Amino acid sequence: MTDRPFHRDRAEMLPERPAPIASVGPIGWMRANLFSSYPNTALTLLALALLWWIVPPMLDWALLDADFTGESGRECTAEGACWAWFDQRIDQFLYGFYPAEAYWRVNLAIVLLAPALAYLLFGNLPYVRYGRWFSLAYPAIAAFLLVGGLGLEGVTTDKFGGFMLNLVAGLTGIVLSLPIGILLALGRRSRMPAVRILSVTFIEFIRGVPLITLLFVAIVILQLFLPPEVSLDQLVRVMIMITLFASAYMAEVIRGGLQAIPQGQYEAAQAMGLSYWRTMRLIILPQALKISIPGIVNTFIGLFKDTTLVIIIGLFDILGQARLLQTNPDWLGKVDYETFVLTALFFFVICFGMSRYSINLEKRLDTTRH
Amino acid sequence: MPEAETKPTSADPIIRIAGLNKWFGAFHALRDIDLSVARRERIVICGPSGSGKSTLIRCINRLEEYQEGKVVVDGTELTHNLKNIDAIRREVGMVFQQFNLFPHLTVLDNCTLAPIWVRRMPRADAEALAMRYLERVKIPEQAGKYPGQLSGGQQQRVAIARSLCMEPRIMLFDEPTSALDPEMIKEVLDVMVDLAESGMTMLCVTHEMGFARQVANRVIFMDEGQIVEQAPPIEFFENPKSERTRLFLSQILH
Repeated sequence: MTDRPFHRDRAEMLPERPAPIASVGPIGWMRANLFSSYPNTALTLLALALLWWIVPPMLDWALLDADFTGESGRECTAEGACWAWFDQRIDQFLYGFYPAEAYWRVNLAIVLLAPALAYLLFGNLPYVRYGRWFSLAYPAIAAFLLVGGLGLEGVTTDKFGGFMLNLVAGLTGIVLSLPIGILLALGRRSRMPAVRILSVTFIEFIRGVPLITLLFVAIVILQLFLPPEVSLDQLVRVMIMITLFASAYMAEVIRGGLQAIPQGQYEAAQAMGLSYWRTMRLIILPQALKISIPGIVNTFIGLFKDTTLVIIIGLFDILGQARLLQTNPDWLGKVDYETFVLTALFFFVICFGMSRYSINLEKRLDTTRH
Repeated sequence: MPEAETKPTSADPIIRIAGLNKWFGAFHALRDIDLSVARRERIVICGPSGSGKSTLIRCINRLEEYQEGKVVVDGTELTHNLKNIDAIRREVGMVFQQFNLFPHLTVLDNCTLAPIWVRRMPRADAEALAMRYLERVKIPEQAGKYPGQLSGGQQQRVAIARSLCMEPRIMLFDEPTSALDPEMIKEVLDVMVDLAESGMTMLCVTHEMGFARQVANRVIFMDEGQIVEQAPPIEFFENPKSERTRLFLSQILH
């Protein structure tokens, strides 16, 4: 049959050999991933055709045939996009109607955000002890800078606008929705019926109603229930509602993570004499949150984009500014998609950043790799 | 270690169980269990699956609640009083079939967690203690690794070290070698033998009959939620009294 017997005794073990050249390197990669079969080859060619069809016209419109300078839409004469408004209007896109002489306060708040976030997110930084305190104090510092008081000139929240408004509302929601979501998720799994029923009712109600409905409720109806001398700031109301809305989703995401933790983990913690809250904080939540990272970040991204709904209380966030410019007589008819492109870019940078960070975090927390 | 300190003393038992009954829903899982464990006694509990062995030892540190009866551990009665439960859990270590190490913590952090958070020990002391017990189970070099990077046998030895770090008076073993590959069973049993020789009070649910012969003072056979027979190992294996025990032994000893 064959001159290679089914079984041979080896006198010595074989040394390693390098893999055949066609299976490694760029050629190997292309073979394996782009041209491995007829359907795969067809899809590769189709994708190339699509790129050829889409990318050049897009480049023409956005860059090659575009106008970049000019005082008004009348000076935009080229076929492509009109970017001439950018220089005049970028301040509104960033700060809304925040007083120009106080832009530095917004800038400072954003500059300080970097270390505050870094100390919260990365463990291996110098002076981490003081850094964490700074992270904790940051919301108060930022609020002081943005709203003023104590010697700084006051700025009312109806002056907030542009991307700064999205950042303020989004970050507040992100920072608050995670702990609220954790408490709701634990509440939903609680053995105490009162806690469980309250949590379930809250989660199901908030999730079952469109966000925009909740926002109208917050603006109009909430005031009817509050005593007349209490007047919550409109922006604060919207931020509360966006936060609660995200919290309900967060709770369900985290509950999914909690359910993935084996019973043995609870038992091991109990057998050591750890209390409920210590078990949760030290054993269960670190694992459950790690599993839930993709869902949590998903919720964060959704929440961040929902901040554009501040438009219903008459505030002009970056999307509001984009639409405002389209109806401005100076630019009317000449500027439409351009402002949306800018808006999309701003959102994309932040959302993509969150997504990349979460992937990095998952890798960092993976304790099964050797 | 002097002979006297490793011999069980029957006066003043460390665990007393009287009239213990437990139901899972309608299922009567433990039926009228009476058991007294002497200090430094080593007990092996065996029996077919579903016979209530694990449930019995899990009642000793209140991982399971029970409906009737009395369990007194080291002078403290287990009641619904959370303080008592916590006090007993500090004195009773437990090793599980599935190891139940905390996968997000290093081996060292697994061991120092309870001393730091339950015993309120300073971190440096807890780490020194943990290293001592990791040396005792012969894996100090793995202290910085995560459980997922260790073999099953190594994980179970870490789990034993983790329990010992609370310096318990009683150790409960719930089928500690049943989830292990055959070649790893011995390294875990060696650690358990060493522990037995040091005079630890031990209750082991296991089917390792060699281990039972070597270290047990008493072997308990359970079936249908009851203690069917108990005897010193030689008597138990050579001359089992009940028909059920003989049948069980013939099945597992081949």
